[in-house]
Amino acid sequence: MTGLAKWPLKAAAFITGEDFWRGIVAVTVFLIFWEIGSRSEALFGFSFPWVGQVPAPSAVLKEMYRLILEPSFWHSAYLSTARVLEGFFAAMLIGIPLGLAMAVSRTFYGISFPVFEVLRPIPPLAWVPAAIIFWPTQELSIAFVTFLGAFFTIVINVIGGAQSIDVRYFQAARSMGSSTFDVFRRIILPGVLPSIVVGATVGIGITWAVVVAAEMISGGGSAGSMGGAAGGGLGFFIWNSYVGGSYTQIVAGMISIGVAGYISSAILRKVGEWMTPWLAEG
Amino acid sequence: MQSTLQAQMSPSPRTVTPTTLGSQVVVQNVRKSYGADAFAKEVVHNCSFTIERGKLTVMIGPSGCGKSTLIRLVAGFERPSSGTITVDDKPVTGPGVDRLVVFQETALFPWMTTYDNIMYGPRARKEDTPEMRDFAEALLQKVGLSAFRKKYPSQLSGGMQRRAELARSMINRPNVMILDEPFRGLDAMTKRLMQEYYANLYDEFRRTTFFVTTDIDEAIYLADRILIMTNIPTQVRAVIDVNLPRPRQVENITESDEANAIKMQALSLLHEEAMKSFARGSKAAADFIEAYSKRVNKN
Repeated sequence: MTGLAKWPLKAAAFITGEDFWRGIVAVTVFLIFWEIGSRSEALFGFSFPWVGQVPAPSAVLKEMYRLILEPSFWHSAYLSTARVLEGFFAAMLIGIPLGLAMAVSRTFYGISFPVFEVLRPIPPLAWVPAAIIFWPTQELSIAFVTFLGAFFTIVINVIGGAQSIDVRYFQAARSMGSSTFDVFRRIILPGVLPSIVVGATVGIGITWAVVVAAEMISGGGSAGSMGGAAGGGLGFFIWNSYVGGSYTQIVAGMISIGVAGYISSAILRKVGEWMTPWLAEG
Repeated sequence: MQSTLQAQMSPSPRTVTPTTLGSQVVVQNVRKSYGADAFAKEVVHNCSFTIERGKLTVMIGPSGCGKSTLIRLVAGFERPSSGTITVDDKPVTGPGVDRLVVFQETALFPWMTTYDNIMYGPRARKEDTPEMRDFAEALLQKVGLSAFRKKYPSQLSGGMQRRAELARSMINRPNVMILDEPFRGLDAMTKRLMQEYYANLYDEFRRTTFFVTTDIDEAIYLADRILIMTNIPTQVRAVIDVNLPRPRQVENITESDEANAIKMQALSLLHEEAMKSFARGSKAAADFIEAYSKRVNKN
């Protein structure tokens, strides 16, 4: 209740805070340079390298405004989000118990770690062709590749987190009469939680990177259901814009992925803070 | 408040039968070395002593002499290479609720509030009873942390953390309480306050206590008996009984002739051991080469 009652105050403090205004200034300056760069041909008579070829932010914003009213764009965003969530939650569901098992049992660690370490360096995108062959539908192939993106990060974080728990906590728990299960539930689980939060926050960023690339390569899975190319997820949306020569649409698609990734990480960070109150300052 | 606490300390049904004064610990001819063959490093050498029932035994010795190893052996976290350790004539085979360790620096669980930390032991043994909760309240009061019951360890000062840790141990009514340099790293003022706090708690509960320190004033202020340890590999160099009346005041102790005599005696012994420790430092390389050549010749 008190937490809820405080949020308008917190929001007010945020808007009047230095960091907020620094952010505003940074984004504005960035947009101004971008706009000038894009118009360099008209303004200075020659095109700036790289940025001279990029559509101006004003054009991109206009395009984004148009897309926001477009149901097929939202369908693409929905498809990508669903794939990210499927892959991410599957990675959490399988990765956390696996990481815990590897951290707790020396035998299991000895058996599984070599295989895990060989598979881990393989980039998720290298799995795309194999995934398309092995999974019955393209939807499953994309979700699988997305899953791989988060999976290894989460497992590695869980193992590292469990191994870095201070040995004195175990000694203290045991000498106060804790059973093995009690040690697991009240020492190992909370001890690993901060690492799970870090793994999840990093992991969901990777899933966004992976889902978009997978959609580009595989052709967007169940494309066409919403009429036209825009049904295949944001990755396919960008690829299709490129094929169609709509450069403003490419940049608009890129920005929407950036925003989606930012929102996902922000939500996870908030959930993480809520789950690990002892790490809060003050 | 005091009377409720004393009532709480009296025997009640639990996994380990508590005795009013605690247990007697006998360490006999204990040897502990790490590593194998020529590389073996002996840390404890043929060590024998008794931690008397209901008394506060303070172990003092040069740093790095193997005191913490002895603590781990008595606590049961490690097994001696040879020799026996018994608690009330029963050999120690592992860690147990009857012997509780308060660690150097804090080992409070960072993810639990002060109250949850204190209730850890009772909950672990499925003893989350109203009596236990009352006892936890009484202990919180006693160590002056009632207002901080919902704070996490990271939100407490160093001195508060040590007090919370003392409370977390005492709620389990251990037959032997083991403290491994519990006030190390605190500033001088806080340390002195903690010593007074602790002496108070001890005077109230009077249970077998094994207290390790490197501070001779702390040792004399708290101890019924002081064990002076040799340099590594460690054994008991001397046993000094401190027969100063309790409760003690720091001021009275600094002025008492008896305390000063004990201090002079202890300091000269400790100085000798510290000198040996320095001499050994320069010999370390020679020892290593010797051990290595033994190993090479064997192959």
